Amino acid sequence: MNEVIEEKISAEYKYGFVTDIDADNAPKGLNEDIIRFISAKKNEPEWMLVYRLEAFRHWLTMEEPDWAHVSYQKPDFQEIIYYSAPKPKKVLKSLDEVDPELLKTFQKLGISILEQERLSGVESRVAIDVIVDSVSVKTTFKETLAEKGIIFCSFGEAIQEHPELVQKYMSSVVPSSDNFFAALNSAVFTDGSFCYIPKGVRCPMELSTYFRIEAAGTGQFERTLIIAEEGSQVSYLEGCTAPMRDENQLHAAVVELVAHKNAQIKYSTVQNWYPGDKEGKGGVFNFVTKRGICLEENAKISWTQVETGSAITWKYPSVILKGDNSIGEFYSVAVTNNYQQADTGTKMIHIGKNTKSTIISKGISAGFSNNSYRGLVRIAKGAENARNFSQCDSLLMGDQCGAHTFPYIEIKNNTAVVEHEATTSKIGEDQLFYCKQRGIDNEKAIGLIVNGYCKDVLSQLPMEFAVEAQKLLEVSLEGSVG
Amino acid sequence: MLSIKNLHASIDGKEILKGINLEIKEGEVHAIMGPNGSGKSTLAAVLAGRSEYDVTEGEIIYNGKNLLELEAEDRAREGVFLAFQYPVEIPGVSNINFLKTAIGEIRAYKGLEPIKAKDFLMMLKEKQELVEIDRALVRRSINEGFSGGEKKRNEIFQMAMLEPKLSILDETDSGLDIDALRIVANGVNKLKSEENATIIITHYQRLLDYIIPDFVHILHNGKIVKSGLKELALELEEKGYDFIKEEVEA
Repeated sequence: MNEVIEEKISAEYKYGFVTDIDADNAPKGLNEDIIRFISAKKNEPEWMLVYRLEAFRHWLTMEEPDWAHVSYQKPDFQEIIYYSAPKPKKVLKSLDEVDPELLKTFQKLGISILEQERLSGVESRVAIDVIVDSVSVKTTFKETLAEKGIIFCSFGEAIQEHPELVQKYMSSVVPSSDNFFAALNSAVFTDGSFCYIPKGVRCPMELSTYFRIEAAGTGQFERTLIIAEEGSQVSYLEGCTAPMRDENQLHAAVVELVAHKNAQIKYSTVQNWYPGDKEGKGGVFNFVTKRGICLEENAKISWTQVETGSAITWKYPSVILKGDNSIGEFYSVAVTNNYQQADTGTKMIHIGKNTKSTIISKGISAGFSNNSYRGLVRIAKGAENARNFSQCDSLLMGDQCGAHTFPYIEIKNNTAVVEHEATTSKIGEDQLFYCKQRGIDNEKAIGLIVNGYCKDVLSQLPMEFAVEAQKLLEVSLEGSVG
Repeated sequence: MLSIKNLHASIDGKEILKGINLEIKEGEVHAIMGPNGSGKSTLAAVLAGRSEYDVTEGEIIYNGKNLLELEAEDRAREGVFLAFQYPVEIPGVSNINFLKTAIGEIRAYKGLEPIKAKDFLMMLKEKQELVEIDRALVRRSINEGFSGGEKKRNEIFQMAMLEPKLSILDETDSGLDIDALRIVANGVNKLKSEENATIIITHYQRLLDYIIPDFVHILHNGKIVKSGLKELALELEEKGYDFIKEEVEA
């Protein structure tokens, strides 16, 4: 084994390792040297470098996908900076040391209460991992969690401290060759969150990661891995923001979830990357691969997402229902305004017997935007008595936007029951006038109507996020009906 | 309270109201009757501020203010309430949330503090009992899956909660069975006071058996062609609208 590794590494040495290891940023561009730089920078073991290089070589053979219903100028992958450490680089000891701008965003996301909650010993608490420009800045509550055997740390730390777990599970759900962006991520990811819930443990607090792209021209490639052992439970939140920039920024994350027997993972996202300006200039390209596997019986994975940001969203949080009686859920609200484009949905892959999945998707399009639902329900041959219910609703505001639905269903077992419902509606003048006649102005009325429309999804979010998500929806649609 | 002078209004270039004159004082109940297409609902829509209608001539003074210069939401905040003929459904928005938002907006407009949650809930309970509306209905999404009668009852409940000065009931009796009609009428009667006024727009006389109007106006072809006391409604019921038409066209 060691020989193979050595051979792989030494074979590439002829290109020279020239990059300054002390630099905070990698030079822009992507080649094997950059990957070595990142790996060295992170002080990674050899197996990790090998993994990255393999992914990179595979990526070189792949083409950027263009089947999604979005159009954009493809990024120049040689113009991107793949490693950027946040400044200052000192280790932060408490939240007081975090950039006040960051804290303000936490407040907006409703998670700044965690300190107070810790003091008052409130039951519902939030542990948070902060990732700025691909580097984990701060993980809170580590000690409290460690008492229960829960590991919650940055991905980089997990590679150092828990290599056996990382090696066992990384790429077990999303292979590094899975798709173009997953391969890219596997080659260049710099950090992310790692979470391990041991057998029988119910995680006592919400685990949360906050992602932020800071430096200009940087790509963010984070990686999240959550493992829930037999009988364990965890609820995980993810929030994202980026400052306004003229150029497009690339975000290509990979998230893998593994749920063992009787385990439950609930993963909630409030995605608010910069969507670009009113003319469609700038904004984040959000190309994300998220997938979970219900590995054994009675496991349950639930995705909830509120997507309001990004210029382009390309995202399909999926569940592989391998264990018998396992359950997959996908609750989504995707809002597009101005020139935003979203192509999002899910894949539910039924393999085990008596597996069940639910898909509730609510798309809202305003301005000149395009919003697509794309989903696959696959019932494998051995999946006896599989059940799926899908509901895909689209709400249009104005007459310049588009809503599209691409549902794919593949059934190889005739005991399956698959239901699909879809509606398209417009916010009616009558509804708006009704609100006005009761003293509620246009903006508030739209907020009310949209939040009502999304209720089934918002009610799935943990309380702290639900309120923020509602506000976010209102802000995202401001000025969308004149 | 309300003074309408020579009001002309059209929609898509077609004139519907052709010179309406009407004076309404505090404490009064006015019934506006007329055949289909006479302009009754247009009058209600123009008063409430629907933007599809163009007011081409005339004026509406409401409590000293030029009503036509106010946005629809500001008219509502000033105390104009329209009970809709066809109340819309707003899925996922509970009545309670809706009313709390509406009351919040109205109070903010008037420069008042937001209502306390406790006071709001007490008010909710009180008005619920006053207009005899099912508690479960109040908690549901606005009009979603409501029967015709439930929707109308919900309009009266909203009217009770918002405590308007001028209430306009647009064909509130249409589609109601006799029991629902009685409940709705009871609600309106209980909400009547010396400070507020009510306009009842109706095709039939039967609602006026339960809500006794002070004045009855007959609208025909965009104009008020006859005004009188409550007996006029009975005469109309007896002779039908044709008698008015004949009288006008004679």
